Amino acid sequence: MRHCLNIAWKDLKTEFRTKQMLNSMLLFALLVVIIFSFAFGPYPENIDQLAPGMLWVAFTFAGMLGLSRSFASEKENGCLDGLKLCPVDRSDIYVGKVMSNTVLMFIMVMVTVPVFIVLFDYSIPDPLRLIFVIVLGTLGFVFVGTLLSALTVNVRARELLLPVILFPVILPVIISAVLATGEVLSGINDIWAEVRILGTYGAIFFIVSLLIFEYVIED
Amino acid sequence: MISINGLSKVFGSNVALKEINLEVKKGEFIALLGPNGAGKTTLIKIISTLVSPTSGSITIDDYDIKEAPIEVRKRVGVISHETYLYDDLTACENLQFYGKMYQVDDLDERISTVISDVGLSRRSDDIVRTFSRGMKQRLSIARAILHDPSILLLDEPYTGLDPHAAATFDGILEQLNLMDKTVMMTTHMINQGLEMGDRVAILNRGEITCDMPKNQIRDEAHFKSIYEQCVGVEL
Repeated sequence: MRHCLNIAWKDLKTEFRTKQMLNSMLLFALLVVIIFSFAFGPYPENIDQLAPGMLWVAFTFAGMLGLSRSFASEKENGCLDGLKLCPVDRSDIYVGKVMSNTVLMFIMVMVTVPVFIVLFDYSIPDPLRLIFVIVLGTLGFVFVGTLLSALTVNVRARELLLPVILFPVILPVIISAVLATGEVLSGINDIWAEVRILGTYGAIFFIVSLLIFEYVIED
Repeated sequence: MISINGLSKVFGSNVALKEINLEVKKGEFIALLGPNGAGKTTLIKIISTLVSPTSGSITIDDYDIKEAPIEVRKRVGVISHETYLYDDLTACENLQFYGKMYQVDDLDERISTVISDVGLSRRSDDIVRTFSRGMKQRLSIARAILHDPSILLLDEPYTGLDPHAAATFDGILEQLNLMDKTVMMTTHMINQGLEMGDRVAILNRGEITCDMPKNQIRDEAHFKSIYEQCVGVEL
C-alpha cells in the first residue's frame, strides 16, 4: 500500500504543478454542462430525465481525457520502465494509478455537479444517495479505464484507440450509473439493482486488473 | 554476479538473441559492443526484468529473474539513454520517489550523498525540465545508485551527450566506488568500451561473437580489426 500511495503522490504532485490533465478535464466537463444548459434552457420541464445523461456524458468524456494521459505521461523519458524496474509488485503500479485517477475524477465531479445545479436551478432530493451512485460509477469507470489506458500505452494512436475500446467495455457501468442517477433524482428509493451491477462490475474488473496488470504493461 | 545460460529472445519472426551464454563475475566491468540492432538493449532489458526471455535462464546473485524478479530488481541499477526521470518534479523529489519505491534506509541522508556525488547539490530543488541533457544523465546516475545496487547495467549511457558531458559522466563513474559492483555496459563506441571495461564482448545479430579480457587487446586498432571480423563491416 505504501508503494501505491507513493505512486499516487507522485502523480498528483506532478498534476497539481502542471495542471495539464485537470484543466482539460474541468474545461471539457464545464463546457458540456454549459452547452446543454443553452440547448435545453434554464428550466427544462423534463430535467429529471435529461440530467443523468447530461452528467454522465460530462463525467465520462472528461474522465477519458485524464485517463488517456495517465500512462502516456509515464512514457516520457522512459519513466514507465523506471517504474517497472522498482522492486514492487506490478499491481501496485495499477493501484497507485487508480488512486490518482480517482482523485482527479472526484475533483472534476465536485466542480461539475455544483455548476450543473446552479445552471439548471436544480435541487437534488437525496444528495447522499446521489454521491453514493456517483462514487460507485466513477470507481467502475476508473478501474476499467486505468487498465485500458495501460493496455494502449504503447500504441501510437492511443488517444484514438482508448475511447474506441473503453466505451463498449464500460457500457454496463454507464447504463447502470445513468439509470441509478435518474432514479435518485426522481426520488425513487429502490436503486439496488443498478448498485449491485455497479459494485459487482467494479469489483470484478478491479480484481482481474490486479491479476493481469503485469502482463498488460510488459513490452 | 550475472549468469546467463542459453538465453534466447524472439519477437514475432525476429530472433533478437540466440542462445547467449555469459558469466560476469562480481566486481567485473564488461563492455558489450555491437552495431545497432545487435540485441544489446534487449539483453539489458531481459537482465533487468523489463522483458521476459523466450527461453534460457538468467541468475543475478543467485536469484533467477523469472522466479524472484523483485529480489533481482533490488540488486540492479539501470542507467539508460532514457533517464527515467519525471521532468515536472525537482531532482530531490525524483530521488525521494525512487528512494521510497526501493525502501532506502535514511533516505534524506542517502539523497544528499548521491546528489553530491554527481555534483548536483546546488540544483537539487530545481525542476528537472530545466536541466541540460548532461545534468539529467548525471541525475540518472544518482537515481540508479540510490539503493546501492550490486549490479549496474548501463545501456548506451553516452547517447545524446556532447564530448564534455560524456567526459563528466565518465569522471563521475570513475569517482564512484564501483570496485565492488558488477557492471555491464552496452555501447557502440569502441573507445569508450575499451576505456571502461575489464572485459569486452561483441554482440552481433543476437550472438556473442567475441568475449575477451582487456589485457588480451594490444590497442584500439587491434580491437577494431577483431570487431570488423566479428561484425563483418569496415570501421
